[in-house]
Amino acid sequence: MSRKPKVAIHKFSSCDGCQLAFLNLGEDLLALSRQVEIVHFAEAGPVNEEIPVDIAFVEGSISTPADRPRIEKIRHNSRFLITMGACATSGGIQALRNMADTNAWIGAIYARPDFIDSLDDSTAIARHVKVDFELWGCPVNSQQILSCVCALLSGVLPVDQHDSLCQQCKQQGLACLMVSQGLACLGPVTRAGCGALCPSLGRGCYGCYGPAENPNGPALAQRFMQLGLSAEETRRRFLFINSAAPAFNETGLKLPDAKPQGER
Amino acid sequence: MSATSHSPVFLHHNDLQQLLQILQHDGYTCIGPQVRDGVIHYDHIDTVEQLPRGYGQHQQPGHYQLEPAGHDRYFAWANGPQALKPWLFSPREALWQCQAGEDKLAFEQVAAEDDPLAVFGVRACDIAALYLHDKHFLQQTHRDPGYRSRRQNLLLVAVNCSHPAETCFCASTGDGPEVHYGHDLVLSELSEGFIVQAHTEKGLSILARLPAETASQSRIAAAQASSRAAAEQQGRRLPSQDLQAALFANLDHPRWEDIARRCLSCGNCTSVCPTCFCHREFDEPSLDGQTSTHYRQWDSCFNQGHSYIHGITLRAETRLRYRQWLTHKLGSWHQQYGRSGCVGCGRCISWCPVGIDLTAEASLICTGSEA
Repeated sequence: MSRKPKVAIHKFSSCDGCQLAFLNLGEDLLALSRQVEIVHFAEAGPVNEEIPVDIAFVEGSISTPADRPRIEKIRHNSRFLITMGACATSGGIQALRNMADTNAWIGAIYARPDFIDSLDDSTAIARHVKVDFELWGCPVNSQQILSCVCALLSGVLPVDQHDSLCQQCKQQGLACLMVSQGLACLGPVTRAGCGALCPSLGRGCYGCYGPAENPNGPALAQRFMQLGLSAEETRRRFLFINSAAPAFNETGLKLPDAKPQGER
Repeated sequence: MSATSHSPVFLHHNDLQQLLQILQHDGYTCIGPQVRDGVIHYDHIDTVEQLPRGYGQHQQPGHYQLEPAGHDRYFAWANGPQALKPWLFSPREALWQCQAGEDKLAFEQVAAEDDPLAVFGVRACDIAALYLHDKHFLQQTHRDPGYRSRRQNLLLVAVNCSHPAETCFCASTGDGPEVHYGHDLVLSELSEGFIVQAHTEKGLSILARLPAETASQSRIAAAQASSRAAAEQQGRRLPSQDLQAALFANLDHPRWEDIARRCLSCGNCTSVCPTCFCHREFDEPSLDGQTSTHYRQWDSCFNQGHSYIHGITLRAETRLRYRQWLTHKLGSWHQQYGRSGCVGCGRCISWCPVGIDLTAEASLICTGSEA
């Protein structure tokens, strides 16, 4: 390749946590910068949002009216557009408002609601423009970023790791928490990629990597209730970080919603 | 084997540490059962203090619970989620590397680590599974060098199972609970110690160095009674018929769809199954594009990629994925390896998060009623 491929890292509605997957690369960040030219990365320094690039990483969801023309322009300027994180791939935690009255929430939270220009819903980037590859996770990790860039530099599409987290968990020698401890765990319906971080610390998966390829949400929801969770608690497990991902959304919405006291 | 023609010896509980020390002295890295995160797990051991002495466990479909057994035996429990499989068939292993040169690519095999391993406490079901893996990895046209290296250096201190779980059915597959082959030494545990028998020259040489006495007839009889009771205690079984014919005659049975409604397609059953050997291979290039490592990793017939061929996923639905698992495991395995792929360990039943029972499903599909 005669020139270094150009890379941009864009941010929409998000917490900035996925961009840290770049900054946390350590020495690999230097190796990466020898292979690609990072031309736009506001969190790290360079700002040049409109420059045409080979690879655009997009963090965050479409959440305001201004986001729509902006993502279209980024798409136009990018050869490959990769979304990273729950916000960009499913709408993120802020998509909880898709199931509520957004204006009522804004009115309850902000001193001057009229300053807030927000869409009624928070949606995935792929709902607005063509996305070439999705990196799931809340947040994504550095290994996902590296594998993705390495694959693209080698001229192939990255491998989509969409099998259940359970298998990654077992490959690491961990025992099933649901079977041995009776803990509710979303691992069976969640895609691998995190390295079974929560199960390795004795906590059930909460689905931050989004739905696996062939998830059976209703059967798992039923199991959660057999383990002692109420229908409402089960609903909230599915309607959480990736509440707008269709498989989780459909499972959660079928469960009864006990209206929370004094909705925040 | 001539090595078996010695008289069984008796080893006091207090002298078990000596057995471990002999193995360490002979250069073995010792692996044994121990309690970790609420389950019995196999990992490195330095002393018999690490063994799960005094533990028992309760297993049901989708349920495993460790509990105090009310005695001080070392091996009065049935298997946990894993035992031998991950030590021989690694969950993830580098097979070869490729290096870019001036005008050519250089390929080299990744050297296998081959520290001799001695595994303590292995059960008959897992030895049966090991022999199936031997057929798969060593007795076909191409032999697997990593597996072979680990296998050649493996020493097994087996244990006759005295406390099968509710989910066990090795008696019906003919693979347990007593150990008959594949081991170097076998222990039968009694309340005050072990009956020890050697099965190989290596085993005999270890046995000769143990502070053991000739086992009395009454102790030998007690050990035999314990094995018989362990077999009789098992409530589950596979239907005793030609399962290959019965399963393939029932490919359209409505039960497959019923299972698919409950099955999470998560692959836990295949992960804990000691005979499942499916894997995928993939490459991880370095960032500078100069090297690439080729890996092998456990895979599952419950994954989409398992039946993907150039643009088509042959088994897109869970119904077909579960059917593939069961018909292969209990059916077409006979054609491939001359026996069933199931050794009756019951792990797929205990460790299924929704408690699907392979014996009940196989019975319903093959005979029309639950076993």
